[in-house]
Amino acid sequence: MSSATSLSVDKRDIVALEGVTKRFPGVVANDSVDLAIRPGEVHVLLGENGAGKSTLIGMLSGLQQPDEGRILVDGEPIAITSPRHALALGIGTVFQHVMLVPTLTVAQNLLLGGPWWQRPKTEELEARVAEITRALGITVKLHAKVSELSLGEQQQVEILRAMVRNSRLLILDESTSMLTPKGIDELGALMRRLVEQGLAIVFITHKLKEAAAFGDRISVLKLGRKVGEIPPERFRALGEQAIVSEIVELMFGKQKDDPEASERPVRTIHAGAAPLLQVHELAVAPTDDAPGLLSISFDIRPGELLGIAGIDGNGQKQLAEALAGQRATVSGSVRLQGTPIEALSVGERRERGLRYLTDDRLGEGTVGTFPVSINFFLKQVGAAPFWRNGVEQRAEIDKRAAQLVREYDVRTPSLKTPVARLSGGNIQKVLLARELAEGAKVVIFNKPTYGLDLANTLASRQRIRNTAARGLAVLLISTDLEELLSMCDRIAVISNGSLVGTVENVGDARSKIGRLMIGLAA
Amino acid sequence: MTGLFSEVFLSALLFGAVTAAIPLLLAGLGEQMSEKAGVLNIGIEGMMLAGAYLGFVGAFYSGSLWLGFLTGAGGGIAVALVMALLCVRIGLNQIVIGIALTLGLEGLTALLHHFQFSRSYPRLPAVDVTVIPLLSGIPVIGLALFRQHLIVYLAVALVFAMGYIYRRTQLGLNLQAAGDKPAALDVAGIDVARTRTIAVLTTGALAGLGGAFLANVGAGLFIPFITNGAGFLGIVLAMLARGRPVWVLFGALLFGVCLSLTTAMQVAGINIPTDVIQMLPFLAVMIMLVLFGRRASLPAALGIPYERGVR
Amino acid sequence: MSIDTVPAAGATALDATAAVVTRRDIQHRLLMTIGPILAALIIAGCILLAVGVDPLAYYGFVLERGLLSPLGIQQTLTRMAPLLFLAAGLIVAFRAGMWNLGGDGQFLLGAVTAAASAPVFVEVMPAWLALICSFVIAMAVAMLWSLVPALLRAYQGVNEIITTLMMTFLGTSLANVLVKLMIRDPGTTVPQTRTLPVEDRLPRLFDTTITSGLLLGLAAIITVHLVMTRTAFGLKLRIVGANPRAAIHAGLGVPNLTIAVFAISAGLAGLAGAVDILGVQGNVRADWNPAYGLAVIPVVFLARMNGFAAIGFVFLLSVLSIGGESAARRLGVPNHFTLVLVSIVLIVLALAEYIDHRYNQSRRA
Repeated sequence: MSSATSLSVDKRDIVALEGVTKRFPGVVANDSVDLAIRPGEVHVLLGENGAGKSTLIGMLSGLQQPDEGRILVDGEPIAITSPRHALALGIGTVFQHVMLVPTLTVAQNLLLGGPWWQRPKTEELEARVAEITRALGITVKLHAKVSELSLGEQQQVEILRAMVRNSRLLILDESTSMLTPKGIDELGALMRRLVEQGLAIVFITHKLKEAAAFGDRISVLKLGRKVGEIPPERFRALGEQAIVSEIVELMFGKQKDDPEASERPVRTIHAGAAPLLQVHELAVAPTDDAPGLLSISFDIRPGELLGIAGIDGNGQKQLAEALAGQRATVSGSVRLQGTPIEALSVGERRERGLRYLTDDRLGEGTVGTFPVSINFFLKQVGAAPFWRNGVEQRAEIDKRAAQLVREYDVRTPSLKTPVARLSGGNIQKVLLARELAEGAKVVIFNKPTYGLDLANTLASRQRIRNTAARGLAVLLISTDLEELLSMCDRIAVISNGSLVGTVENVGDARSKIGRLMIGLAA
Repeated sequence: MTGLFSEVFLSALLFGAVTAAIPLLLAGLGEQMSEKAGVLNIGIEGMMLAGAYLGFVGAFYSGSLWLGFLTGAGGGIAVALVMALLCVRIGLNQIVIGIALTLGLEGLTALLHHFQFSRSYPRLPAVDVTVIPLLSGIPVIGLALFRQHLIVYLAVALVFAMGYIYRRTQLGLNLQAAGDKPAALDVAGIDVARTRTIAVLTTGALAGLGGAFLANVGAGLFIPFITNGAGFLGIVLAMLARGRPVWVLFGALLFGVCLSLTTAMQVAGINIPTDVIQMLPFLAVMIMLVLFGRRASLPAALGIPYERGVR
Repeated sequence: MSIDTVPAAGATALDATAAVVTRRDIQHRLLMTIGPILAALIIAGCILLAVGVDPLAYYGFVLERGLLSPLGIQQTLTRMAPLLFLAAGLIVAFRAGMWNLGGDGQFLLGAVTAAASAPVFVEVMPAWLALICSFVIAMAVAMLWSLVPALLRAYQGVNEIITTLMMTFLGTSLANVLVKLMIRDPGTTVPQTRTLPVEDRLPRLFDTTITSGLLLGLAAIITVHLVMTRTAFGLKLRIVGANPRAAIHAGLGVPNLTIAVFAISAGLAGLAGAVDILGVQGNVRADWNPAYGLAVIPVVFLARMNGFAAIGFVFLLSVLSIGGESAARRLGVPNHFTLVLVSIVLIVLALAEYIDHRYNQSRRA
C-alpha cells in the first residue's frame, strides 16, 4: 500500500492537514502527513507509540507548531498558535493524561479559562451542562471534587468541557487506556451519539479492535508517516476481521494474523509442588488517594503465572507494593518458600528472591538523570562486587552493565546516557534486566506492557513467559484483559481492594472475568 | 508590677503589635499568592528591602507618606519583575534566584543608602492616624486598634479581599490551577506564565508595601537590613496558613505581639534579653508543628517551572 | 507533548567515546564559568559608576587587599576555613534534595558551644585534646539542633525550608541568650564569652597568620565530595535527592537517610562555627552573626554542588569579602557591595546556563 491518497481539499472538511512535518532533536515526528477531518465521522488515528500520533494532536491543539506544511480550518490555512486559539477554533482535546485540577470541583474545572477579572458564571454553566448531558444521556456530579471521581468519570468531564466550549472537533487521545471493557463500550456509544449530532471526532488509539469497532474512517501512522487510510465506504464494505487484517498489513507491511493473539502455549504445572509464594489474609489500610486491601489470599506455585485482572485503581498498585514491602500492611502473612517475609524490608525481600517490576518506570523505577549503568544497580547499592567497603567499583559496574545491555538488547547510545533519554521500551528493558538478572524466585509484574509499542510489548511478554518457564512464580498485574488471557494460568479479579474471584484460564474464562469485573458472580 | 499591666502599657503593647504585624501580614499575603500559583518566592525579603528603601526615599523627598507607599510598592514590583522574568518566563531555579535577589537587594539598598545619606539616618515625621469614631473610645483596644494609619485598616481589609479572590473569582480558580495542575490551566486556554506573573508581581507589590510600612510607619527611618528576616517570616506564615488569608492575619498578629513585647520590656526596664521573647513565636510554631505536623498541603507544582508539553 | 520514543535507529549499542570527558568539555565549562563572572563584574561596575565610584580603582583595591598583599591573602585563606565547612555541609544537603537553609543557626550554636567549652577544657587537659573535644561537642550540638526539622521531614513530610528557617531564627536568638545569660565572661562589661588564649587556639600555618583550620576545611570538603561521588552512601543520598520515590522503591531507608543528611549537614555547619572560634575569634560576642550560612548558599549553587569547584568559589568569595572590608574602610564603599556582586554573578551564571542549554537544543534540532 503506498502512502496517502487524497490531497484535494474537501469543502466538508472542518480541519485538514497538508504535508505537515514536525521535527524534534534527532527525530522526524511527523513526515508530510495529510489528513482530512469531517463532521459526522469518527476518524481513527491508529499507530504504535512513536508513530507520531501525540505530535499530531499537539499541533491540532495548539501546543506545537508544524515545521512544514499547513493546517486548514474550514478550508482556510491557519496557524494554531495556542491552546486558547485551538479552543476558539472549535477544536477540543481530551488528552491521554487527565487535564483537570484535582483540588477543584467539576464545575470549577469547567469554568477555568474565563477572563480572570470576572466572577465565574456558575448558573450559566449549570444550565448549559444540563442541556448537554441530557442530550448525551450522561450524568455528571458538578459539585464533586475531581480527585473524588473515577478516571472514567473524569474523562466524561473532559468531553463535557469540550462540549461546553462549543467544540466542533473533539480529539480523544488514547482515551480507552484507563477504562474498563464496559467503560470502553460506553465511550464508543457516546462517540456515536456525538457524531450523530454533527461533531467531528478524532480518536487516537493503538488498539486495532477499538479502531475497527468505533471508527468510520481509519488513518494508519507509522514512524511519523501516514501509511494508509480506510475511507468510510470501504469500512462499511468490509467485515471486522477483514478490516483488522487490512490494518495489520498497513502497519506491518505483510499479511499476518493479529500479532497480539498468539496462542498461549499449554504448560503443565506440577500440581503437587509447594507454592513459592503464599499470601494469606493480607490487608492494607486505605489512604486519602488509594483504596486499601481486604483479606487478600492466593498461592503461586513454581512455574505458574497468576494474573490479576481489574479496573485500574482498585488496589493493584497497593497489592504490588505491599508484597514488595513498600507499603505497610495491617495484617496478614506473606510466605516465600514457606518462610514468612511480611516483617522484612524491601531490601531483605529482594535478597530472598522477591522482585517487583513497577509500572511507574520513570516515576519510581529509575532515576532519570542517572546513567543507564547505575540504574541497573539501584536496588543493590552497596553490594559486592559493585561496591567494596562502600566504595564504588566503576570497572565492575560498567562490565556488568555492558553485559546486561547486550543480554537484554537495551538500545542506548552509551552506558553513561541518562536513562530518561531512552525510549519507554528500552527503559523497561533496563528494569527487566535489573529484576530478572539473578536470584529471582517470585516476580511481580505491574502493567509490564503499559505504554509500550507492539514490538516491545511482545518482547516483554516473551520475557515474562520465559520467567515462568524457568520455574519462577509470576504475578502479572494488568488492566489489559487480552494480555492476561494470552499468558496466565489462572486469573484473579481485584475489585475495590479485594479479590472477588479466581478463574482458571480455560474455555470461557473471558466472559467469567468480564462478569466478575462488573460485579456479577462468575 | 502595676506599671506592667497598666492601661497605657497594654495599649502601647497592642499598638506596637499591630504596627509590627502589618509588614508581616502584607508579606505573608503576598507570598501566599505566589505559592498558590506555584512559585516559591524566596526573594520576598529582597522585595521588602527594595520597598523599604524606595518607600522611605519617596516619602522623604516628597513629604507624602502615600507617595512613599507607592514608590515602595513600585520597588517591590521591580524586583518581582526580575523574579517573574527569570523564574516564570524562562524557568530558572526559584530557590537560587530567590536567594540571589535577597542577597543582592540587601547589598544594593545598603549601598544606595550609604551613598544617599552617608551615615546619617534622617527621620520621617510621625504619621497621621485615622481615628475611628466610637470604637476608638474603648479602653485599651480603642487606642491600639482604632487610632492607626489608614493603611493599617486597608491591610486588614486586604485579608478579606484576598479571601474573596481565592474563593469567588475566576482569578482565584486560575491561580489555584496554576499551582496544582498548570497543564490543565494551559489547555483551558489560560496562559500559565501570565497567571504566575500576575501572582509574583502582586507579591512584589505587597512585599514592597510591607517594606515601606516597616520603614515609614514602623521605624520612621531606613537603616540597612531593616527587614531583618520579615520576608522569611512571611514565607513561614504563608506556608503555615496553607492558602487561607485569615490564618496569615492571626499568625502575623502572634508574631507582632511577641515583637512588640520585646520593645515594651525594654521600655519597662525588665531585665530579660529581648532574644528570649523573640524566640517565643518560633517556639510556638515549632511546637505546633511537632504536635500537629501533618503533610503540609502545598500546591503540587510548587517550585516547578511550567513548560508546555513536558510532563 | 513530547515524542513518545527516541528512535531506536541510529542508537548504536555502546558508544565508548561519549563517556570520555573531552578537553572541549573542560574548556566549555571554564568559559561558562569565567564568562558570566566577567559579565557580572561589568554589570556591578556600572552600579559603582552610578554611585560615583571608579570601578577599576575599586576592583584593583579589592584584588590588592584580598589577594595580592601578603596580609590580605593570609586573611583570605583564614576566612576560607569556616566557609569551606559550611559549603561542605550544604553540598551534602542539596545533593540529597534537602534545603537546609538553617546554616546560620547551626553555625552560631556550634560557635557558642565551642566558645563555652574550649576555655573550660584547656584547664583540665592538654590543648590539642581540648580542641578536639570542643570540635566534637560543637558538632554534636549543631546535629541535635537539626534533629527537629529532620524528624519532621522524615516522618511527617513537613517542608524543611520553613522548619530550618525557623530553627535558624531560633538558633540565632538562643545563641545570644546563652552568651548574655549563661556563659558570659564575668570579667568583661560587654556581653561575650570567655576568650580562649591565643596559644591554645588552632595552630597557625608556618610563619603566617593563616589558621590551620583551612586545612581542616579543605579536608572536610574534599572528603564530602569523594563520599558523595564515589561511595554507596553518597549514591544513596543522591538517589534520595534525585528521585525520592525511586529511593523508596529501591528499598533505601529514606527516613534514616534524611536524618543522616541533616545531621551531617548541620554537624559540618557546627564545625564551621567551631573552627572560626577556635582558630580565629577566640570568643563569641553577643549579637555576633556573620551570616556566612546565607552567603555560602550561592557559592554551592555556582559550583554546581561540586566540591572542588566550591573550593574555588569559596576562595573567590573570601577574596571579595576581605578585599571588600578593606575597601569599606579606605574607599568608603560599604562591603555590602560584595553581596551585590555575588548576587549578580549568581543570576548571570544561571542565565548563561539557560542560554547555553537552549543553544545546544536548537543546534541538535
